Amino acid sequence: MLRTRTLVLVIPWAWLALFLLAPTAVVLKIALSAPADGVPPYTPLLHWIGGIPQLDATWDNFALILNDPLYRDAFVLSLRVAGFSTLVCLLAGYPMALAIARAPEHRRNALLLALMLPFWTGFLMRINAWIGLLQDDGWINAALVFCHLSPVQLLYTDNAMYIGIVYTYLPFMVLPLYARLSRLDPTLLEAAGDLGAPPWRTFLSVTLPLSLPGVWAGALLVLVPAVGEYVIPELLGGPQAQLIGRVLWDEFFANRDWPTAAALACMLLVVLLLVPACGLRLFLSLRGARRRSNPPPGEPMLAMQDIAPSPRFSQ
Amino acid sequence: MRPRFFLMTWLIACYAFFYAPIAFLIVLSFNASRLVTAWAGFSPRWYVTLAHDRGLIDAALLSLRIAALSATLALIVGTLAGYALARFGRFRARAAFAAAVAAPLVLPEVITGLSLLLLFVTLEQTIGWPAQRGAITVTLAHASVSVAYVAVVVRARLADAGTTLEEAATDLYAPPWRAFALITVPLLAPALISGWLLAFTLSLDDVVVASFTSGPGASTLPMVVFSTLKLGPTPELYALATVIVAVVTVVLVVVGRVQRGR
Repeated sequence: MLRTRTLVLVIPWAWLALFLLAPTAVVLKIALSAPADGVPPYTPLLHWIGGIPQLDATWDNFALILNDPLYRDAFVLSLRVAGFSTLVCLLAGYPMALAIARAPEHRRNALLLALMLPFWTGFLMRINAWIGLLQDDGWINAALVFCHLSPVQLLYTDNAMYIGIVYTYLPFMVLPLYARLSRLDPTLLEAAGDLGAPPWRTFLSVTLPLSLPGVWAGALLVLVPAVGEYVIPELLGGPQAQLIGRVLWDEFFANRDWPTAAALACMLLVVLLLVPACGLRLFLSLRGARRRSNPPPGEPMLAMQDIAPSPRFSQ
Repeated sequence: MRPRFFLMTWLIACYAFFYAPIAFLIVLSFNASRLVTAWAGFSPRWYVTLAHDRGLIDAALLSLRIAALSATLALIVGTLAGYALARFGRFRARAAFAAAVAAPLVLPEVITGLSLLLLFVTLEQTIGWPAQRGAITVTLAHASVSVAYVAVVVRARLADAGTTLEEAATDLYAPPWRAFALITVPLLAPALISGWLLAFTLSLDDVVVASFTSGPGASTLPMVVFSTLKLGPTPELYALATVIVAVVTVVLVVVGRVQRGR
């Protein structure tokens, strides 16, 4: 039995070592190399001088990123755009998840399927549709003119970018929220009602606190990919929408500066690890303030079922 | 019942927001005009153009091949990982294993793409393989992302199904491999199908990772669409989108029928 286990584990471990750990190490290595003209466009990290290896690492790429306002602004802008998009997704997605969770049981699966259906039709195709809708002579402006309003520039603005991000990521907010809300014990709501709580009070003191892990999971699923988003700012946002994903892309493809691109990837990773960690702290302190105690040790903060939708749906 | 009314109205509004652009694509794909902004009567001409566009068709075939192969690879590795996470209880470095398996779910695509490309370049320099970037490197890159999704689906299914049936089989003296083949595999089948389909779609939909890891002469469909889109939308792409919507709808209906028939 033990041998079978080892055999089952060896393949995924080898796979992860090759396609997750090794790439991370390679990125770090190139981030510490100096850019050079040639193929590949960076200097080797190890020099052999008379049989003795010389380490030739440099922090210049990281210093450049930290000091150049171009990169700093890109990080700040990315976090702002992703944070605002996450907020909009939460405000729009919470009532949606609640509505699906309170819908009659035989309708729920159809509603969830309808939520994921656009996802199957191709991301670029949906962005493609939005370009046609938002263009200067597009259909939204045509409708405005028809209503005797003056047309506005929509495409290549921040608004277009926000529409694209919210449109793309809203289902990823709704699914974990739904997973939580559908498992909410209805007797708790009845109890609150019997004790004289008006609906808003029941919502604030029962529904919302119990759904917080879903909020947290949904926010993570929207915020993290949105911070590194490349395609949406490139196609819908204007040239001013220099998000970090776009800066990294241009650094790599247009400038062929691989070490700077690698260093940007490292920094982005650090930022992405820090943001949820800070959020988790905030969440824990809020929760601690409510309960005056830590969560029981057996209860994981963020379980897999919060991220994955209900097992029945995922079949 | 005011809150209920509000919730339902909001839900309908949000679904309208989701579906309006797709309806727009379908309607405008039958537009006779070259412009996507003016309606000039019904015409199937863009479907004819699409059917004769060798570049787009070749890219689509390449994408389908890459998607099928990478989904199959991801299914093998992801099922093993999901099975280990659901059934092995505690094992050495389990937390690290779980985190590493799930990491691609939350890694931004630009990081995944860049790091895998740099890996392939380094491999080429040190061991000479892969000699050239192209369909193979894109397939491996897509598989490495999809493993995480397959593992989540498989793990959720196994956790949901519990171990009672397998225990019953063992109690009835089935050897472990028989219990696995007769109980676990049928239990897992729906998760395997949906995991494979998920990996397949993710690969068909990806433009960022493919752009990083592909090489000359191997442009996937999303890469071609993306470079066309940068110059502006064309009715031909709307026709393509409509074809995709039609295919997806048919596949979903068939899969739904098959699963209901079980």
